[in-house]
Amino acid sequence: MSQLSASVMKKIDLELEKYPLDQKRSAVMAALQFVQAEKGWLSDDSISLVANYLDLPEIAVMEVATFYNMYDLKPVGKYKISICTNISCALRGVDEMVNHIQKSLNIKFNQVSDNGRFCLKESECMGNCDAAPMITINNEKMYEKLTPESFDRLIKELK
Amino acid sequence: MPDEILAPEQIQKKVFPLCLRTKDLKNPASLATYLSIGGYQAITKILKEQISPQQLIDEIKLSGLRGRGGAGFPTGLKWSFMPKDIKGDKYIVCNSDEGEPGTFKDRDIIRYNPHQIIEGMLIGAYIMGANRGYNYIHGEIWQEYLSFHEATREARKAGYLGNKILKSDFNFDLHAVHGYGAYICGEETALIESIEGKKGQPRFKPPFPATHGIYGRPTNVNNTETYASIPWIINHGGQAFSDLGVANAGGTKIFSVSGHVNKPGNYEIEMGMPFSELLELAGGVWKGRELKAVIPGGPSTALVPAESIMQATMDYDGLAKIGSSLGAGSLIVMDQTTCMVQTLKRLSYFFYEESCGQCTPCREGTGWVYRVIKRIVDGQGRSEDLALLKDVSNKISGRTICALGDAAAVPVLSFIKHFENEFQYFIQHKKSMMGQQNA
Amino acid sequence: MPKIKIDGKSVEVESKKTIIQVADELGIDIPRFCYHEKLSVAANCRMCLVQVKNIGKPLPACATQVMDGMEISTKSKFTKDAQQSVMEFLLINHPLDCPICDQGGECDLQDTAVAYGASQTRYTEEKRVVINKNIGPLISTDLTRCIQCTRCVRFLKEVGGMQELGLIGRGEHAEISAYVDKAVESELSGNIIDLCPVGALTSKPFRYTARTWELDRRPTISLHDSLGSNLEMHVKNDTVMRSLPRQNESINECWISDRDRFAYQGLEHDDRLLEPMIKKGKQWITVDWQEALEFSAKKIKESLKKDGNHSLGLLYSAQTSMEEAYLLNDLADQLGTPYVDYRLGQNNFDTKGMWLGCEPDEIDELDQAIIIGSTLRLEQPLLTQRFRRMVNHGGELTLINALDFDPLINLREKIICAPSDYQKILLNIIRSIYELDKKKISHPDIVKLIKKIPADKNNTRWVKKLLTTNKRCGIFIGQNALESYYANNIVFLANYLAEITGSFVGSLMNYPNGVGLDFAYNKREFLDISMMSQRDFSSFLCFNMEPDIDIKTNLPLHAKINQSKFKLAITPYMSDSFKDFDCVLPMSVYSESSGTFINIARHVQSVKAVKKSKGNSRPGWKILRVLGNYLGLEDFNYESSEDVLTKIIHPKKRLIFPKLTTKKLEAKFTQTPKDIEWLKLTRPEDSDMIVRRAQSLHARDHRIDDVIRAHPTTQAKLKQKFYEVQQKGSKTKLSIIPDDKVAPNTLCFYEGLNSKKEKKVTTQDKTKARAYD
Ligand SMILES: Cc1cc2nc3c(=O)[nH]c(=O)nc-3n(C[C@H](O)[C@H](O)[C@H](O)COP(=O)(O)O)c2cc1C
Ligand code: SF4
Ligand code: FES
Repeated sequence: MSQLSASVMKKIDLELEKYPLDQKRSAVMAALQFVQAEKGWLSDDSISLVANYLDLPEIAVMEVATFYNMYDLKPVGKYKISICTNISCALRGVDEMVNHIQKSLNIKFNQVSDNGRFCLKESECMGNCDAAPMITINNEKMYEKLTPESFDRLIKELK
Repeated sequence: MPDEILAPEQIQKKVFPLCLRTKDLKNPASLATYLSIGGYQAITKILKEQISPQQLIDEIKLSGLRGRGGAGFPTGLKWSFMPKDIKGDKYIVCNSDEGEPGTFKDRDIIRYNPHQIIEGMLIGAYIMGANRGYNYIHGEIWQEYLSFHEATREARKAGYLGNKILKSDFNFDLHAVHGYGAYICGEETALIESIEGKKGQPRFKPPFPATHGIYGRPTNVNNTETYASIPWIINHGGQAFSDLGVANAGGTKIFSVSGHVNKPGNYEIEMGMPFSELLELAGGVWKGRELKAVIPGGPSTALVPAESIMQATMDYDGLAKIGSSLGAGSLIVMDQTTCMVQTLKRLSYFFYEESCGQCTPCREGTGWVYRVIKRIVDGQGRSEDLALLKDVSNKISGRTICALGDAAAVPVLSFIKHFENEFQYFIQHKKSMMGQQNA
Repeated sequence: MPKIKIDGKSVEVESKKTIIQVADELGIDIPRFCYHEKLSVAANCRMCLVQVKNIGKPLPACATQVMDGMEISTKSKFTKDAQQSVMEFLLINHPLDCPICDQGGECDLQDTAVAYGASQTRYTEEKRVVINKNIGPLISTDLTRCIQCTRCVRFLKEVGGMQELGLIGRGEHAEISAYVDKAVESELSGNIIDLCPVGALTSKPFRYTARTWELDRRPTISLHDSLGSNLEMHVKNDTVMRSLPRQNESINECWISDRDRFAYQGLEHDDRLLEPMIKKGKQWITVDWQEALEFSAKKIKESLKKDGNHSLGLLYSAQTSMEEAYLLNDLADQLGTPYVDYRLGQNNFDTKGMWLGCEPDEIDELDQAIIIGSTLRLEQPLLTQRFRRMVNHGGELTLINALDFDPLINLREKIICAPSDYQKILLNIIRSIYELDKKKISHPDIVKLIKKIPADKNNTRWVKKLLTTNKRCGIFIGQNALESYYANNIVFLANYLAEITGSFVGSLMNYPNGVGLDFAYNKREFLDISMMSQRDFSSFLCFNMEPDIDIKTNLPLHAKINQSKFKLAITPYMSDSFKDFDCVLPMSVYSESSGTFINIARHVQSVKAVKKSKGNSRPGWKILRVLGNYLGLEDFNYESSEDVLTKIIHPKKRLIFPKLTTKKLEAKFTQTPKDIEWLKLTRPEDSDMIVRRAQSLHARDHRIDDVIRAHPTTQAKLKQKFYEVQQKGSKTKLSIIPDDKVAPNTLCFYEGLNSKKEKKVTTQDKTKARAYD
């Protein structure tokens, strides 16, 4: 079996410092996030590794990984684009934005583009409603008040 | 005490940045900025003068501060529930999970004024005897998670967190932790489960977190804005805070205004400001259109039509009077072109999607409701559907482990109540009364 | 005590009880799915909602504690409405495929729907479909039927000791799953079949073989470990179709182990011997009973005449009933041979009177326990669960064993050492007590011994706890310690430790009727198998055992059987074990016979046949009785097994069990061997003739390889790569692999592997445990 990378292990160790010694389980959310940030998604193998590292039953880690929306249990391409379609964004024209994205990348929700670069996910409210419509890329970076033009520009910039 | 509420035109309430007071400064989030406006003075004074927790609780009770996370429970009272003579770890948690659609106020407090949260939590920890704290931050606002983490590092380095804070005997450490995409984790017991490294499934209460929280230890959970209000109260006294608001609603409140307004954003104002003034602050309804309806506190609060909300003041009783509530202060504004059926479909999808799946009425009921509304939108509505929707919603409500079930019923019941004709039109004509929906 | 009113009736109830507990005690029916008295409260199904006066919302009876003055209505309209709506919600996504569901007829959901549901559904949307998971050879899944009550998840976590199932995904997509395509491995896993209130988890072996209403339900007990779990066997057309637990709080509660549950498959196995047979030349010839018995009696009499009374040997297994054992011993007595024994795995015979030392449910409440020499979970799955509960209640468990086999319990301490060192560890503990209080230890032999060993500081802390009065502590000696050459010393020292600390000594020996047989024959100075293996026999009777597999002792006993001229077996199964025998008599399996057994906790349990004997087989006691007649023995005219029983257990007399006795400490003590020791273990599914043939249990055979395992350091020291071991009566070469779970200087292997396994049941529907995209 493969191993967690040294940098991920280091990050998990740091995360563990936030919790009492006998509560390693608490670091599972962060640990999964670290692995996902490194690998792009969470394979079964990654989940097993995290479980082993934190001494948890694998199924307990699987429960967590499948409960929270931002973990991806399938490959999501190089850039996962999550777009909020909830009410405040909907009121400000997210539907058109979604149409535009789907057309320009030629993918539907939960699909990965042919070149393996983009995946589009529908997301619930990201708590950024004053900047509607908006997206995040790979869960970390936010792009606000999108227009079709600004979106196209962004895609061009993404290598 | 409804009669104490003044008519909107009699009220003089203004914008009052309290939690967001650093917003317009340079490097607003830095420790230096916070110190420059008198930051950490409250906790310094408390530690130096050894002010008794009881005295501080009395001050907070006097301030009339009520929880800003949605339920509006009096904070001073809640803090007095923490058991005093229990040995071992005690926890306090700041709830920055902010997943209620239309809510983005905690984001700004973290973004612009994180140290005020930290100071608020320090005071809370001191009062409640907690030695460990977490700020649980909505996973989607990743940059804020990182920057709050940075703020705790800064505070720790400066001696405001850790052991022997400001050379006193007081120990408290605080860490940023994050969710990763689950609205339910805003519910305090689900949040506790999540911090324990589990799925965010709410716990049955009792036992309440105060006796059985994180790892079974006494725990107190408060909203970000609640904690951020504390230092000001200590510095200026409970009475001053109370004076900022109205009866039954002390202080200021951040309202997140989104939807069909010209200037969506956060507006921190004194409690009790008339809605109409707040709408004006937000630039009024966009595109010169007319107001149709508003959700005043996030989707778990009832939708109100324009006529009522225009008469209301922005405080607990003011909104209760028109059959809704303040919730988290998230105003979702809808203009005259909004199709209520399609909007409700999106909201019911949200609750369906975010139900944790633990208890039967919510797991099964939210899907049922969503599918019926979807069917109406797809042009396959039936005449009995509105009665069915109401009935199913009522059967979810009050029968679930946590309040998400109740919340899911609120939009269905309030949308149909105020705009039944629109729903009937959709069922009969298989299309929206509002024509093609566009923004 | 709070006073409450429930359905208008005023009662005083214990505080801290929940409404559902109170209602259950009063016989008031509250529907439920997620609640189970033995599991934590989840309060997730909401079926038990009831009205409590002055509270606007209905409250879950399973999670709400009674409070003084509470007024509860379980039948009001308010309650009914709440329950009916929950029922409606539960059914909207349920497939309602009762006609093809194995649970049909015994389904909580079906029953509750009839009692509490509405007659018609208003849900017309598409129903949820959940892909099934393969969770192993024992349990079949139909997850579309699942109502997410999480009983199965909680059982495996709380009772089984490890979370093997989870509710993955969320909301409506939440579904039960094991991790990816892992099988559930708990030795208690079958209980989730019983716990599942719907037909989402059903028995794979039983699947589609019968409808529940076609089955006759007959009580019996299980004989595959020494607990004697209470069973109900379900019989159709004179065939046992399945076994379910019968609730007995003082023994198995409402659980049974997988071995107890699925062993029934062995009862009907093709190996069953259905006719008496005599060897003529090299051929087995089927004969009638009369001929077989005449032949056997003649052969035995001949050999006794020729070679003397002592030339007859008799062996029987510890699965033998009291009645059968009585007849066997009486037969031996009357024929004048002292060579009769059942302790087929032991190497030391100096102790008597061992038993659990307490009631099973007392384990739950112990403050301290020390277990010596046991792979606990495999041998005593249900007692393990009690120890687990003891630890959850705050008790502390120390495990001393030659193999680090995880009992899935948080141990206070784990000491892994070679079997010959068990006694040293005990001595060490005694030494620590000596350090604390020299006066405590007065036994001169022990004082002499402990002065020779260094004090172990590590022990002192918890040994202090052992000494504190009013703590209850048990010292339990497990299978591999009791079977070992050092058994007497271990029991002696444990007993001494118990004496000085006010604890008690218990046995975890896994002989199903071991305590009963020890009780009945304890006073008799019959000679044991160590004597038997030193002399030659001219005739031999093996009763209810496969000699080459069941004789586990290191003594050369098996060779003695082979050497004898006339070999007779009374056996339920025909197998290679009997290929050199001269006559085999078909015996009924225990479920086809009546008989009495005494379990490890001294509970006397008599059972009746659950069905008639297969083929021409006959209950063992009957065969022995008639054989006795043919041999011309006196007083061998019993009409029933009950008649026989009165010879040992008088219905009116209280049973007086023997006291624990040991011989003196022996010299073997100090001369612990420096070289290699053997730890021979038996897999749970190989422990007796019946389970050896229960094919579903063997679908998990791949879990243990047929190799010798040694600690890496030990392996490195060894010159050879293989060892020859005695397997199934002949020598087999096994390779040695490194395993740091084995104590140094110890070679560990499982006996009797490759037993009767049929083809491996491989995982078919490899559905990934995925929730959603
Ligand atoms: C479904 C659900 C979601 C919630 N989400 C949040 C949230 O995002 N932020 C928050 O502060 N409180 C939220 N709450 C309320 C919390 O449970 C809790 O009452 C609150 O954090 C207490 O803080 P306060 O007293 O300062 O308001 C939510 C409650 C429910 C039932
Ligand atoms: S499989 Fe059965 S026991 Fe497990 S959660 Fe589903 S209904 Fe409950
Ligand atoms: S039995 Fe009470 S909620 Fe399930």
